[in-house]
Amino acid sequence: MENKVVTVSMKNITKRFGEIIANDSVNLDIYKGEILALLGENGSGKTTLMNMLSGIYYPDEGQIFINNEEKVIASPRDAFELGIGMVHQHFKLVDVLTATENIVLGLDGKLDLKKASAKIREICRKYGFDVDPDQKVYDMSVSEKQTVEIVKVLYRGADILILDEPTAVLTPQETDRLFAILRNMKEDGKSIIIITHKMHEVLSISDRVAVLRKGTYVGDLRTKETTAQEMTEMMVGHAVELNIERPDPVDPKPRIEVKNLTVRNEEGILKLEDVSFTANSGEILGIAGISGCGQKELLEAIAGLQPAESGSVCYIEDDGSKDELLKKDPRQIQEMGVTLSFVPEDRLGMGLVGNMDMSDNMMLRSFRKGPTPFTDRKSPRKLAKKVVKDLDVVTPGISTPVRRLSGGNVQKVLVGREIASAPKVLLTAYAVRGLDINSSYTIYDLINRQKKAGVAVIYVGEDLDVLLEISDRILVMCGGKVSGIIDGRTATKNKVGMMMTRIGGEGFDEQ
Amino acid sequence: MNSKKKEPLLHIVKRGDVKWYVAWAIRLAAIVLALIVSGILTTALTGLNPLDVYKTIVTGAFGTARKSWITVQDISILLIISLAVTPAFRMRFWNVGGEGQVLAGALAAAACMICLGEKLPNAAVIVCMVISSILAGGLWGFVPAFFKAKWNTNETLCTLMMNYIATQLVAYYTILWEVPKGSGKIGIINQNTNIGWLPEIGNKYLLCIIIAVVSTVLMYIYLNYSKHGYEISVVGESEHTARYVGIKVEKVIVRTMILSGAVCGLAGLLLVGSINHTVTTTIAGGQGFTAVMVSWLAKFNPLGMILTSLLIVFLGRGAGEISTAFSLNHSFSDILTGIILFFVIGCEFFITYKVNFRKKATGKEAK
Repeated sequence: MENKVVTVSMKNITKRFGEIIANDSVNLDIYKGEILALLGENGSGKTTLMNMLSGIYYPDEGQIFINNEEKVIASPRDAFELGIGMVHQHFKLVDVLTATENIVLGLDGKLDLKKASAKIREICRKYGFDVDPDQKVYDMSVSEKQTVEIVKVLYRGADILILDEPTAVLTPQETDRLFAILRNMKEDGKSIIIITHKMHEVLSISDRVAVLRKGTYVGDLRTKETTAQEMTEMMVGHAVELNIERPDPVDPKPRIEVKNLTVRNEEGILKLEDVSFTANSGEILGIAGISGCGQKELLEAIAGLQPAESGSVCYIEDDGSKDELLKKDPRQIQEMGVTLSFVPEDRLGMGLVGNMDMSDNMMLRSFRKGPTPFTDRKSPRKLAKKVVKDLDVVTPGISTPVRRLSGGNVQKVLVGREIASAPKVLLTAYAVRGLDINSSYTIYDLINRQKKAGVAVIYVGEDLDVLLEISDRILVMCGGKVSGIIDGRTATKNKVGMMMTRIGGEGFDEQ
Repeated sequence: MNSKKKEPLLHIVKRGDVKWYVAWAIRLAAIVLALIVSGILTTALTGLNPLDVYKTIVTGAFGTARKSWITVQDISILLIISLAVTPAFRMRFWNVGGEGQVLAGALAAAACMICLGEKLPNAAVIVCMVISSILAGGLWGFVPAFFKAKWNTNETLCTLMMNYIATQLVAYYTILWEVPKGSGKIGIINQNTNIGWLPEIGNKYLLCIIIAVVSTVLMYIYLNYSKHGYEISVVGESEHTARYVGIKVEKVIVRTMILSGAVCGLAGLLLVGSINHTVTTTIAGGQGFTAVMVSWLAKFNPLGMILTSLLIVFLGRGAGEISTAFSLNHSFSDILTGIILFFVIGCEFFITYKVNFRKKATGKEAK
């Protein structure tokens, strides 16, 4: 990129939320025809900064120049008029409308759906999108919904696209397809800003990297001239070890035995079919698979949250006696004396209560203890303080509602509570999804410590690199069936990828 | 977009943690503003001195000892009904059936007085009244909860329907029990024997007040310190989380709504047994709905409801007084109550958000 033309220039942007400074006089330039990766830990202010560019927030201080002219962006409509469009992490689509209807929603002028869908087809052809303008959104997969969001932005004539963690919900193949499209758009002279936590994606797609740390702008780097290590250190502010340890399992014994488990969801769709495996103590059993292939149902069936059609899930005591876990709810499992911890995928919607503070969230598992009809408030408070201290949770205090914490800290609170009961079995689903590097490594470390303490860990993951590094054995799922169980030390990414897709492309209907 | 837009005059920013005294200062300011606005309106429309009007509002509610007692008694009843709907609201179960639950309790109490009055001694009748009105209220709460838990029906519609059923039941029994025949009302029950009239403690107002105070304290403890209260909060915030920790959501919904209905039934008992000694279709007087507002305004905190129910009863009684004292139409007092409630509810916005005005008053902006 020899003759750089600055298209957007943000100068001394400051944004406060109450006492928290989300952006502290940030200066950022965006050039025409480049892909800029915006990096930073959770809570470093990336999304806030981009929200100001797209008119969702209004900066408290600072100026924004578009093509060297100072502009005021007071609403998303202003942003669109300036050619700025943002694709949010959480899609903002109306389910019952078609792609076309969603795309033209809110635009002025006469409503001509035919003309609109012709224009949409034109955009799709130009950049290589694959979307049917007449399809209803509720019939779409996550990646199709994302495509609609991107087309929506292009339809409005955006020259500057902001993508907030676009790959978090995509499979590796879908990510590749998205990146190809982004490169096409770049060729077309559009500027793209992408927020992501995945280093290999940054390296493969971006031209330049800009780093934010704790709301301040640290600097930028040419992607070609940098490494994952250097970028991470810039983000975190100190040197980080990017290795996951994998100690050998000590004295593994069968702990959870799943036999011929078959599960249908509420709509009667087969989610798990004849699944059998054993998870051992002191071992991490990784579970790989395209998302929606039954991982969620598998963990929930073990945890007593998902009724099964047939099969069995047994908890095996140290002396070899077996207890059936199916047809029991989490409370009954707890009362059987089985300490089973579960870190679910939906942290604030299932694992925690977002509006409650840390101390009340610590009580979720233990509030029934004690003979009186009253709850014990002291020990949860003590536990909350301990979790804050042991896991370095960044929070204004233990009485702050947990939904106000950043993603990484929310996860630390959840994992902290789940391991506080000294579990025998630990189930984790996408434990590091949306977490920055530093928090991710803290979580890997916590999981490894549980393994060393003799816990049987079942780790459902999406990042194959991590699964291959952390797991002792990997169970690969494909369309609700077990595609195979392989040794984590000898497995290759290629092999696992093949096993993930061997039975065909079914199982895309959810998530 | 060639002409540059002006920076918006004001933009809205969410506040961080709000200190309690800031919140109360904003609320106080809202009431003062409301009084000023209604004062201006009073003078403009009627030519009266607003200060006189305010004085009349206060004397209307607290002018004499008797007026004060009645005001406090009204507060007590409204407070009990508000306490009753609160557990359901904390569970995000929109119980707008307080009216029907109160009526069910009232009807049950009246039925005991009428049917058992000559057969059982007074004490036994009262015991029957207490039990049956609480059960009747509880039943009125149970029905919508059961449907919700079993088939996920809409609780707002269901509780609303239950109101109509209760009203019509009372209307039916009014005809059946009317005294004298053809009058279309039941009249004072057991006027000569006083059987089933709840005992007076000190004076005839104090019983309700004591029960309201005790209920407030118990409800506060139940919601904030008991295991049930904690379950209610978890279910209200997230049913998924509740299931995840093994809370039986259906059970909690049914249990909480029975409690909610039962406390409403208790309010019905007091209305019949202690205050009116009769039952009419309008005995609840819309308080089942007013209670919704009382509970919301206090953010579902039982202690805060003492203040909010006081505010609403005080305004209602005071406003009634000005329409008679100044021979104004009763609509005028409704206008004043409306203005004041508008400000009181509206100020919650300013507690959550802050409005920033344009800082740079520079002349840079070209129009």
